[in-house]
Amino acid sequence: MATEVLMPALSPTMEEGTLAKWLVKEGDTVASGDIIAEIETDKATMEFEAVDEGVIGKILIEAGTDGVKVNTPIAILVAEGEEVPEEGAKTETAPAPAALNGEEGKTAAPASAAPAPEAPKPDTSPDWPEGTEMKSQTVREALRDAMAEEMRSTDEVFVMGEEVAEYQGAYKITQGLLDEFGARRVIDTPITEHGFAGIGVGAAFGGLRPIVEFMTFNFAMQAIDHIINSAAKTLYMSGGQMGCPIVFRGPNGAAARVGAQHSQCYAAWYSQIPGLKVVMPYSAADAKGLLKTAIRDPNPVIFLENEILYGRSFEVPDLEDFTVPFGKAKIWREGKDVTIVSFGIGMTYALEAAEKLAEDGIEAEVIDLRTIRPMDTDAILASVMKTNRLVTVEEGFPQGSVGNYITSVVMEQAFDYLDAPVINLAGKDVPMPYAANLEKLALVTTDEVVEAVRKVTYR
Amino acid sequence: MAARKSTAKSNVSAEELLSYYRDMLLIRRFEEKAGQLYGMGLIGGFCHLYIGQEAVVVGLEATAKEGDKRITSYRDHGHMLACGMDPKGVMAELTGREGGYSKGKGGSMHMFSKEKHFYGGHGIVGAQVPLGAGLAFSDKYKGNDNVTFTYFGDGAANQGQVYETYNMAMLWDLPVIFVIENNKYAMGTSVQRATKSPSLWERGAAYGIKGEEVDGMDVLAVKAAGEKAVAHCRAGKGPYILEVMTYRYRGHSMSDPAKYRTRDEVQKMRSERDAIENVRELLLQGKHASEDKLKEIDRDIKAIVNEAAEFSKESPEPALEELWTDIYA
Ligand SMILES: Cc1ncc(C[n+]2csc(CCOP(=O)(O)OP(=O)(O)O)c2C)c(N)n1
Ligand SMILES: [Mg+2]
Repeated sequence: MATEVLMPALSPTMEEGTLAKWLVKEGDTVASGDIIAEIETDKATMEFEAVDEGVIGKILIEAGTDGVKVNTPIAILVAEGEEVPEEGAKTETAPAPAALNGEEGKTAAPASAAPAPEAPKPDTSPDWPEGTEMKSQTVREALRDAMAEEMRSTDEVFVMGEEVAEYQGAYKITQGLLDEFGARRVIDTPITEHGFAGIGVGAAFGGLRPIVEFMTFNFAMQAIDHIINSAAKTLYMSGGQMGCPIVFRGPNGAAARVGAQHSQCYAAWYSQIPGLKVVMPYSAADAKGLLKTAIRDPNPVIFLENEILYGRSFEVPDLEDFTVPFGKAKIWREGKDVTIVSFGIGMTYALEAAEKLAEDGIEAEVIDLRTIRPMDTDAILASVMKTNRLVTVEEGFPQGSVGNYITSVVMEQAFDYLDAPVINLAGKDVPMPYAANLEKLALVTTDEVVEAVRKVTYR
Repeated sequence: MAARKSTAKSNVSAEELLSYYRDMLLIRRFEEKAGQLYGMGLIGGFCHLYIGQEAVVVGLEATAKEGDKRITSYRDHGHMLACGMDPKGVMAELTGREGGYSKGKGGSMHMFSKEKHFYGGHGIVGAQVPLGAGLAFSDKYKGNDNVTFTYFGDGAANQGQVYETYNMAMLWDLPVIFVIENNKYAMGTSVQRATKSPSLWERGAAYGIKGEEVDGMDVLAVKAAGEKAVAHCRAGKGPYILEVMTYRYRGHSMSDPAKYRTRDEVQKMRSERDAIENVRELLLQGKHASEDKLKEIDRDIKAIVNEAAEFSKESPEPALEELWTDIYA
């Protein structure tokens, strides 16, 4: 059977090309792999190999022809001794290529621009039953307890990172874990973030549940390729076959006087990535309940802690197995005049500001997102539909901030409810300075929150 | 460290030799077909063919047992076929169809099979190296004697994360075989233009990792070296490095005109060192198989590949709802 040799596509974007040169003539015998022609694309001259064996029966397109469309027959290959079929006679041809990028392939993202007719009903159930015994704990202790409890319940959970074992943690979050669980499960790594993040992801592919501690998230920049390209995308790229249950945790954001390279908030960075979950607790109870949820989650979780909060004490429910679900914000303070949305250490300023504002009779509703992705936008929308005013507070840089995203959600879904422009408070648009006075200026402050609320409430 | 090159050859039965011939030929014909489908516009984007390197993966797979894991780069079609993945599912992934291993959402560079312990298909040069060590970590943690074959290229061998991984793999005695597929080029950059190290496997010595250079155009030599490496890892002695000297006949990807080497260089490898031809000669000379038997194998393979190609054209494109699935477990 004669076979048509078609003009090949030789690059991801090629639609037509020049048949520069034939390296065979009619009557030549070719084997698969032989170079039979040279084809010029817009980028390069490429050699074109025969795929089938046979005899060149007829050359259909002359050397030097420009603008030959991909898939045009350029020659006819026949078997030894076979005649070239008549024009129009049946030859074995390749099927037409599938239409690429067809219109029907396009679907709109499921975001609706129409105002929500009704306020959504967020989940406002309490995190623990009424009457639960409480105990005072630091965020540090709460995090350690969460890891220890999950490690007791599942052998698959282990911790790895720099100084997590013998040194007991650079910030003492893993204190006591080596003693209890041994060196098999509490593993000191060399200073090699890219490498051990990759090993952690591989171990998760292999069926374990690693907790990878970064001494601080600034150093996770070395490992960001594995966090995003290896951990977050594999479930999708494998068509659902293979996920990555891993927690990347450590302190994030500004500490104090450590300068530009050690003071940066990554909440907005990671929250951009589909496939990641991003958690940033404020209180000790949330730190504990969310870290336990993170360790059990079958997806990669970025767990952003804060050095300044580590030593702060909060009431933590004294329950056998206390967890906090992802995607559920917490309303710390109810109010009718303005909504303040924050998370992590930003909550410190939001709550202090609300206190001050209350003295002047302005009642702020303060929402702690707790998880940035998935985000409890229902809680934000329901509150804004009540207060009609919104201020967001975070420590990260202003451009492309979490607040910017919240603003777009509110614009799209509650525009008609807004009585004032939304204000996004963030860190200043500068690398963190070292000088004490400048550092103070670079960070968001309680006074700025108060001022922003006055602006949006016109009081 | 003195240069060491393994010259050992595995003693294999005629049956085994015939099966290597078959497996290598399947990869070659599959890849040729993939190239053809690419030319027809049925396969898009990047498509990196394994033609020329078949003996590497076939020789090493001959040393694996159930439960052993493998991970590699984007040049992954051969590895998938060699570990027993279905050619139909692989080809349909290349065409981006529902019947592909990743439902059409991964593409040529990103395919996986949990069932066959194939962990990808990774597009970032070098990234699979710590991932492979992590897989080995999971086996050691669980206390079994499985090993992980971690394949990477000569170009990838210059990535920093490889050395971070060597260090930890040795520190923790991980059962990982680092297989450097040295095909002499990283895209258009020859090994000599990327490093002054005379050999890549010797770099492991800095971390205390044993290794050797292997003739990657000789499936029996690859198998012999693989057996040694596997025994080393299974015995709990930690990682092992195999630098397998091989050659890719085609361009780096479908759109590479390969102007950085001469046609003669390629032709010489093809005519003098071709791994499939070598085995074919061994089979015929030793009278382990007749011409007819080999022709029959050729026909069988052609049928398998054609069936895979048909399947990859007929399988529908993924349903539009698939856009939104498999983001979270
Ligand atoms: C981190 C990274 N840098 C660059 C690239 C682009 N790239 C893809 S393959 C390649 C060459 C790799 O060569 P080698 O490791 O020898 O593997 P081979 O292709 O020869 O199998 C390059 C530079 C990439 N995918 N990832
Ligand atoms: Mg290479």
